[in-house]
Amino acid sequence: MTKRVIEASHAIAIGAKLTRPDVIPMYPITPQTHVVEDLAQFINNGEMKCAMIDVESEHSAASAFLGSIAAGSRTFTATSSQGLLLMYEVLPIVSGMRLPGVMAVANRAVSAPISIWNDHSDAVSARDQGWIQLWVESSQEALDTVIQGVKISEDKGVMLPLMVCFDGFTLSHVFEQVDVPDQKTVDKFLPKFSLKHKLDIKNPKTFGPIGFPNSYMYFKKQQQDAMITSLDVIKKVNKDFKKSFGRSYGSGLLDLYKMGDADYAVLGMGTLCGTARVTIDKLRKQGKKVGMIKVRSLRPFPEKELQVAVKNLKALAVIDRHISLGQEGPLVTDVRSAIYCNDLTVNGYIAGLGGMDITVKLFEKVFSDLEKGKQNGSWLFD
Amino acid sequence: MKKKKQNFEQGAVVTKPGSSKNYHTGDWRVFRPIIDQSKCIKCYQCWQVCPDAAIRIDKKTERVEIDYDYCKGCLICVKQCPVKCIAKEVEKK
Ligand code: SF4
Ligand code: SF4
Repeated sequence: MTKRVIEASHAIAIGAKLTRPDVIPMYPITPQTHVVEDLAQFINNGEMKCAMIDVESEHSAASAFLGSIAAGSRTFTATSSQGLLLMYEVLPIVSGMRLPGVMAVANRAVSAPISIWNDHSDAVSARDQGWIQLWVESSQEALDTVIQGVKISEDKGVMLPLMVCFDGFTLSHVFEQVDVPDQKTVDKFLPKFSLKHKLDIKNPKTFGPIGFPNSYMYFKKQQQDAMITSLDVIKKVNKDFKKSFGRSYGSGLLDLYKMGDADYAVLGMGTLCGTARVTIDKLRKQGKKVGMIKVRSLRPFPEKELQVAVKNLKALAVIDRHISLGQEGPLVTDVRSAIYCNDLTVNGYIAGLGGMDITVKLFEKVFSDLEKGKQNGSWLFD
Repeated sequence: MKKKKQNFEQGAVVTKPGSSKNYHTGDWRVFRPIIDQSKCIKCYQCWQVCPDAAIRIDKKTERVEIDYDYCKGCLICVKQCPVKCIAKEVEKK
């Protein structure tokens, strides 16, 4: 293991390199571009033996990702915002065909107005397409989650594609100290890539056939069962990762901060959790019993674990960095549905859209809302 | 849709080739094309255009024959035939 000061994009690229992908189809888009550049450089320098496919769009990147996995290759890609939207048609095909592979998403707002800055609208709005989604808070977690992601995705009981979601700019371009695992340990941690069925001219099979009304629904049920199975696999891989690398992230599904005796808590995903930690430390010094729940796994959503985590709370605030226009933030909808029986006040806040800062001051306002017994959230403008 | 014993292989992979033989697209037919062999000039244009490869050429007699298990009744052959020797009839089932 070597300590280095790098940005999360570089950490993601190193993580991908350590998992030894055979193929990387990629199309650059801000703020994911550094990931593509770094991987291209690794290949060019001979540090990595891998076929990079320069595609003409993200739709092609996703299609090549699909085809390459089906042909039996470990495959990696990355995208962001409009790029993910252009991939959209292919996303449920990859998951429906049960092809395992990791894609990093540098989260960025979607147009219009045009915004290259961070929020969660791109990946959150793709949550129903059958991909596991793990959301990370730091560069270290970004690197580690790419490695964990490969193992989770390729688990025989799971066999689903997986997105590693990391905040654009707020994380992708931020330099932090990162422990870079050595290749040997990663090689030991990850099994060899293998598929039960792959494209093979010597042994022809049909991939992606039609599902008639008497079969389609059975295949969807299999996908849902695999998602439910992945809850335990994510936890197990997180534990095993600790044994091999000395680090883990909460349970793998949720990461709790000072929740032991907390009366009030905030819940969110990604880098805003770092700001929440700082606010909580500050408020704890003033004697306030506050804590945080970081949702690491948005899909599958860890309902049962969340029910336990909020058991002793008086009120909870959910911070959504995306809005389902015409409804509320999707995260707060998921949380409310999961803890319906807990009889707890849950306020939904919309914050940080299109790169607007989420500051300590905003978190202080949220905690003071909870303390005052306010029964609804609001839009948090910095 | 007839009920068949189904194999729900992960990812809907069909593990053996040739499974489309089990789908009798002839079930879809509303109109039945019928070749009048006495007028047929054996140009084989119908054989070329049939989208379901449901028209076969008998090697001995050199005649064209329609396989009604797979002919879906699109009538492209009827339209194509230069001597108009393929008639259409409403399918009676
Ligand atoms: S009707 Fe259509 S499917 Fe049937 S034989 Fe003619 S061209 Fe082929
Ligand atoms: S197109 Fe008409 S004439 Fe030509 S082979 Fe077919 S049936 Fe005979």
